[in-house]
Amino acid sequence: MEAERAEKTRMMTEDYSLFYGDFKALNNINIKIPTNKITAFIGPSGCGKSTLLRSFNRMNDLIPGVTTAGTIFLDGRNVAREDVVELRKKVGMVFQRPNPFPKSIFDNVAYGPRLHGTKNRSDLAVIVEKSLKRAALWEEVKDDLHKSGMSLSGGQQQRLCIARAIAIEPEVILMDEPASALDPVATLKIEELMNVLKRNYTIAIVTHNMQQAGRVSDYTAFMLTDEKRAGNLIELGPTKQIFTTPSDSRTEDYISGRFG
Amino acid sequence: MTSGTRRTGIEKAMKTVLLISALASVLIVLLIFIFTMKEATPAFREIGVWKMLSDTTWRPGNDQFGILAMIAGSGLVTLGAVLIGVPLALGTAVFLSEIAPCWIAGIVRPSIELLAGIPSVVYGLFGMVVLVPLVRTIPAPGNAGYGLLAASIVLAVMILPTIANISEFAIRSVPKGYKEGSLALGATKWETISRVIIPAAKPGIISAVVLGLGRALGETIAMIMVIGNSVILPTAITDNPLSIFLSRARTLTGNIAVEISYATGIHESALFATGVVLFILIMLVNGSARFLMKMGVKS
Repeated sequence: MEAERAEKTRMMTEDYSLFYGDFKALNNINIKIPTNKITAFIGPSGCGKSTLLRSFNRMNDLIPGVTTAGTIFLDGRNVAREDVVELRKKVGMVFQRPNPFPKSIFDNVAYGPRLHGTKNRSDLAVIVEKSLKRAALWEEVKDDLHKSGMSLSGGQQQRLCIARAIAIEPEVILMDEPASALDPVATLKIEELMNVLKRNYTIAIVTHNMQQAGRVSDYTAFMLTDEKRAGNLIELGPTKQIFTTPSDSRTEDYISGRFG
Repeated sequence: MTSGTRRTGIEKAMKTVLLISALASVLIVLLIFIFTMKEATPAFREIGVWKMLSDTTWRPGNDQFGILAMIAGSGLVTLGAVLIGVPLALGTAVFLSEIAPCWIAGIVRPSIELLAGIPSVVYGLFGMVVLVPLVRTIPAPGNAGYGLLAASIVLAVMILPTIANISEFAIRSVPKGYKEGSLALGATKWETISRVIIPAAKPGIISAVVLGLGRALGETIAMIMVIGNSVILPTAITDNPLSIFLSRARTLTGNIAVEISYATGIHESALFATGVVLFILIMLVNGSARFLMKMGVKS
């Protein structure tokens, strides 16, 4: 079963390019995000990895002047044709800076389920408990569910945001440098959590931290800007292979710290 | 003197200057209150505070100085203005901060600022010429057009710029992360606005409304021009309780402005007493707003 699932592709881009006005930020990206694996996107600042990640749940729609070419698929369906609300239900996101709402811990986690129709308080309580447990936060907050989510520490806030994201049972979780604002202990917790979460979810993570990519991911995608400053995918492969025997010399240069 | 000690000297002097500027406004408020109170004391003493506050009859010729009708007038016209003005202002603020494309906001925002710059007497004229005849078309016995409804509408437009501006600022100050977080969970734009952005901006919106309230309670000339100025406790003029807004009324401010030029003796003192009541009313409004804001921040 596990092996069979590993073969599957959850998300995929096909000749995907993205423009900010006239400026091409992503150039012809072809990538596959395998189901129930962690795929890490690494590369120097400005290489477009966050932009690409935000394309998977169409967060770039919010930015005026953005146009795209090519296609992104979720389970074989073109995300551009999906209802964006439905798409974001299936593709959740965790941001760089923990962004809990100024609401109670309970209401933060219940926010998504409420939006999507769960009104019954006891149903919500079940979802909240389950999500907080999955996000490894339950034990720390179970007596303080009414407290503001903002009162938690940075690491706890980020796990709250993860709980909030998984409360609506997405298929994919996108993580945009989820630990870059956290201290090493909190970072480690998030990484451990990701390893558990991949049993149920497909995870794509953008990270500046190559050790982190090496530690947590199954696959690594290396991105780099070309001479016109457009982001290109240089190579994608099993993390071990990318870190030990990359096929492109630029990947090797980056991994070994020669630039970036 | 070395440059070091000279600089410390300047530091200290500046601190004192700044402290004095800050204290000046406190001092001025105190002075205004003390002197108004001093002038009002004879009225409070001779008529009695409770008698003034609870009596609806204001007949200076008869030595009757009850201001309850005016308190009701001010209260009702402010309530009306808030009921009309706040939704309009909030709608404007949300539209400008979240929905309007730049070029539309570029037209709407200056127009609203212009609205804030119109002198209140001009609002009064507009009310007399346009709103009063319009209100008069509502079929109800004794409806003259002049009254609470016309005054509330005028007042609503007058407080709109204040509330809209400050609310827009409050909404814009909501961290972008909240919005992104909500949208990423599959919320629509409107769900995000109503469930996350407005609640997060609530303290700012409340202070905006209170500033508007303060302005509404204090507005004088435009009210005199459209509210009818009869000293009566407003009552519904038909079976419909809402028709209370068709009643004529007088505001506390209007009472002072209309009569102060010829009042003498106890009558004059009673007008100062009206001022004291107005003063306290506004302090109460501001105080409760502070309280509400604190509650809002806590929850």
